[in-house]
Amino acid sequence: MASVHSDRAAHSAPADFTALKLLIAGGFGVGKTTLVESVSEIRPLRTEEPLTEASRPVDSLEGVATKSTTTVAMDFGRITLRDTLALYLFGTPGQDRFWFVWDELATGCLGAVVLADTRRLADCFPAIDYFESRDIPFIVAVNCFDGIRTHSQGAVARALDLTADTPVMLCDVRDRESGKDVLISLVEHVLALEETTN
Amino acid sequence: MTDQPPGPRPRTDAPDRRDPDPWADRYDEEAGPLVRLYAMTAGRARTDNGAERVDLMAIVRSTDATPRGPIPPEQRSLLAQCAQGPCPVADLASDSGLPLGVVRVLLGDLTAQGLIRITPPEYTAARKEPPSPHLLREVINGLRAL
Repeated sequence: MASVHSDRAAHSAPADFTALKLLIAGGFGVGKTTLVESVSEIRPLRTEEPLTEASRPVDSLEGVATKSTTTVAMDFGRITLRDTLALYLFGTPGQDRFWFVWDELATGCLGAVVLADTRRLADCFPAIDYFESRDIPFIVAVNCFDGIRTHSQGAVARALDLTADTPVMLCDVRDRESGKDVLISLVEHVLALEETTN
Repeated sequence: MTDQPPGPRPRTDAPDRRDPDPWADRYDEEAGPLVRLYAMTAGRARTDNGAERVDLMAIVRSTDATPRGPIPPEQRSLLAQCAQGPCPVADLASDSGLPLGVVRVLLGDLTAQGLIRITPPEYTAARKEPPSPHLLREVINGLRAL
């Protein structure tokens, strides 16, 4: 069957619109929505996806052929850098049962910010495992609620067992400048990885 | 609500009376869509051309072709948005207020009719087709300038 995608001669062909995708991940209530809000124009995006193969043994869809989708809303923000270049931020759903959305979002993403709260550090383990296992560049941003710095970046890096080149930074997601710094750090990290591998 | 009789609202913006809109009763300005989502896709969650798997960052463009017949309202508004310039699927889905799955099926229909063209995203996997250092530096500078 013919693909919906039109044929493209080469990826080097000049594009008249470039859309880059960044993910904002982390545990429930860590400030993902606030970060997307503070740096971009936030909008809702609804998705309805088929239940995954993995959920079949649990959900037993036998004889229930019609109940095959579930609905989830994502945070979605756009930062227009110029007429033909825009950055898209996607907040990943906090709950584990929405893994199918992660796979959708992770495809082709430039990199990810894993937001962490030092009071509940374990909440960001699944996100870190996910990006590490898929070789997706990420940084860890510790959201300092109320400006309290309870732990150093080094202590967080050790607690999360991060590789030495994974940046850890402190931030306040309510602050636009701080949020911008987080995104800049991520893109700088992607650039650094690219320059070391080439 | 006034004591307006139920049924389709009179449409003041009907484009052409000789070509009545067969979907005029599917949308109300105040109430929004009057049909359930599956009706918009004629019950389909899949398409013949794989549109249900189109990436969120795939770029949709209008081909400026003339439709061969009347187009349902949901497709019409997607088409109107594409006509303004290249647009990622995520933007189309968010602006339409429809779930992504529905938008994908509708985009598949528009592609099949030759009314739009969908280009896959430039970076299909961050590690395989990374953006150029030049582009990354532009993004960094652009973010700093915000």
